[in-house]
Amino acid sequence: MAGVPQTPYKPSNKVLAWVEDRLPIGSFLSSHTSGYYAPKNFNIWYYFGSLALLVLVNQILTGIFLTMNYKPGAATAFDSVEFIMRDVDWGWLIRYMHEIGASMFFIVVYLHMFRGLMYGSFKKPRELVWILGMLIYLTLMAEAFMGYVLPWGQMSFWGAKVIISLFGTIPFIGDHLVQWIMGDYIPGDATVNRFFALHVIALPLVLLLLVVLHLAALHEVGSNNPDGVDIKAKKDANGLPIDGIPFHPYYTVKDLFGAGFFLLICAFFLFFEPTVGGIFLEHDNFIEANRLVTPEHIKPVWYFTPYYAMLRVVPSYFGTAIWGVLVMFGAIVMLFLVPWLDKSPVKSIRYRGWMTRTALAVLVVCFVWLAKIGSGPGTDPSEVIIGRLLTILYYGVFVLMPIYSRIDATKPVPDRVTTHD
Amino acid sequence: MANEGVNHGRRRFLTATTAVVGGVGAITAAVPFLKYWEPSAKAKLAGAPVTQDISKLEMGQMLITEWRGSPIFIVRRTKEQLAVLPSLDALLRDPKSENTAQQPAFAQNEFRSHKEHRELLVLVGVCTHLGCSPKYVGELTPEPFDPNWKGGFFCPCHKSRYDRTCRSATCGTGRKIRLSSSGRTVRA
Repeated sequence: MAGVPQTPYKPSNKVLAWVEDRLPIGSFLSSHTSGYYAPKNFNIWYYFGSLALLVLVNQILTGIFLTMNYKPGAATAFDSVEFIMRDVDWGWLIRYMHEIGASMFFIVVYLHMFRGLMYGSFKKPRELVWILGMLIYLTLMAEAFMGYVLPWGQMSFWGAKVIISLFGTIPFIGDHLVQWIMGDYIPGDATVNRFFALHVIALPLVLLLLVVLHLAALHEVGSNNPDGVDIKAKKDANGLPIDGIPFHPYYTVKDLFGAGFFLLICAFFLFFEPTVGGIFLEHDNFIEANRLVTPEHIKPVWYFTPYYAMLRVVPSYFGTAIWGVLVMFGAIVMLFLVPWLDKSPVKSIRYRGWMTRTALAVLVVCFVWLAKIGSGPGTDPSEVIIGRLLTILYYGVFVLMPIYSRIDATKPVPDRVTTHD
Repeated sequence: MANEGVNHGRRRFLTATTAVVGGVGAITAAVPFLKYWEPSAKAKLAGAPVTQDISKLEMGQMLITEWRGSPIFIVRRTKEQLAVLPSLDALLRDPKSENTAQQPAFAQNEFRSHKEHRELLVLVGVCTHLGCSPKYVGELTPEPFDPNWKGGFFCPCHKSRYDRTCRSATCGTGRKIRLSSSGRTVRA
């Protein structure tokens, strides 16, 4: 962490010393664990970063094993997944670990993002930490979408068709772009194969790189905390932050406890309700893709449904459906802009007024309610009106942020973190 | 040492020319990688015209065949079904099917069919909104999604409604159709 002195790393034996002289891996690791000072007042919201890393490891590990039996291709994909489920020893476990992991990844990432919004973790000097995190989120969405296509069930096919068709709404190049992405006139053999390549190697490489950059940027500026207090402002005689504790062993132990609790929830899903009632894995995806029969309700997996609802409630104008697509992607762009939209002198919600608190609550209500609308059949006309209202409110939270964050009342921020003495 | 007697002009020239030539080279090298994603010769071959025998298609029935992997709907409409169409004009985006991108000139009429075969409707069964395949809901009875339903197509994904010519009430319009003159054989 910048501005905090490092205790020099001392290799504990001759072998490590020999390595250290040639490759300073020991001092690198120690500077990011026992040498990294984090605020001592982390609460439950601070579990989700390390849990996201845990899920990433799970996805990579189970993913590698799934590729050993999965056969990309329109003719083979569905059967090979069923082969993994029925005939491969413990194949069902590995597959469901991967499937549950995908949804848990989004749960953890959404809570992690909410934490950032709540405690102002995106504010100066952590803008790049936030931007890199948002890029991770975008990559994760692409990764999840392509992964969902691979089992080649009905939802894989029709989800792919609808999502790829979004690009067809781009004027002039749209139609050709859609064919270029699919490599055919409809999602087919070529599409599954290229999505497999992107899902198992290209996007995971991008994801890992972004995670490294996210952590590197975080460790340079230091972690925020529920009080939004800069712990580097108060240092002891050795130049160490008074309110900071070394990440290892303090937070490694805390995070291990959180990981245990988290894995218990995952295990419950895994062993008792692996599709979570069709929410984590839709029932229609147990039917092989049929390009001539559209399922009763086409809907994406739950983590895309808020944006999908926006897409669905925005009407076409001037003979093009691009507006819904723009509104949907714009909703994500808004999140990127938060570090510059927020003008409050205070970071944490603990020291902000009712306006910011209300806005954050409105954002959560919009997100959850839109998710509910997006996952429903959408035949109810009143849902379209409610959906449009929620979309406007969602945008309002961001567009009006420069105003309400400036005029909102603030409480004095303490010099030190408050939870412990 | 390195800074003694440096010819800055020459250094700048070499840097600039290397960057330009390298940039052109990189863009050129990207072409094969981008073209690699285009539909293959095999996929294009499968996109050739198809022929379908419709001699056994009864009045009011719909037949689904396949072209370029997309469903092709062929409906032989009854006189009653055709008679309903003008009454729906006010609800539609493009009642006279004037959007030239979505059908050939001979089908730019209220029935969206060839003038010698008014009853035959041929279209790519793909929703103009985002490419789902609409369902044929042929009966002239109220439906949960529309109490005044007069028969037509309904897209389950984004709830687009089309009438019997596939003129859309909520989205764009239908898609390209082609019809041969024999009336028995349809080319899509």
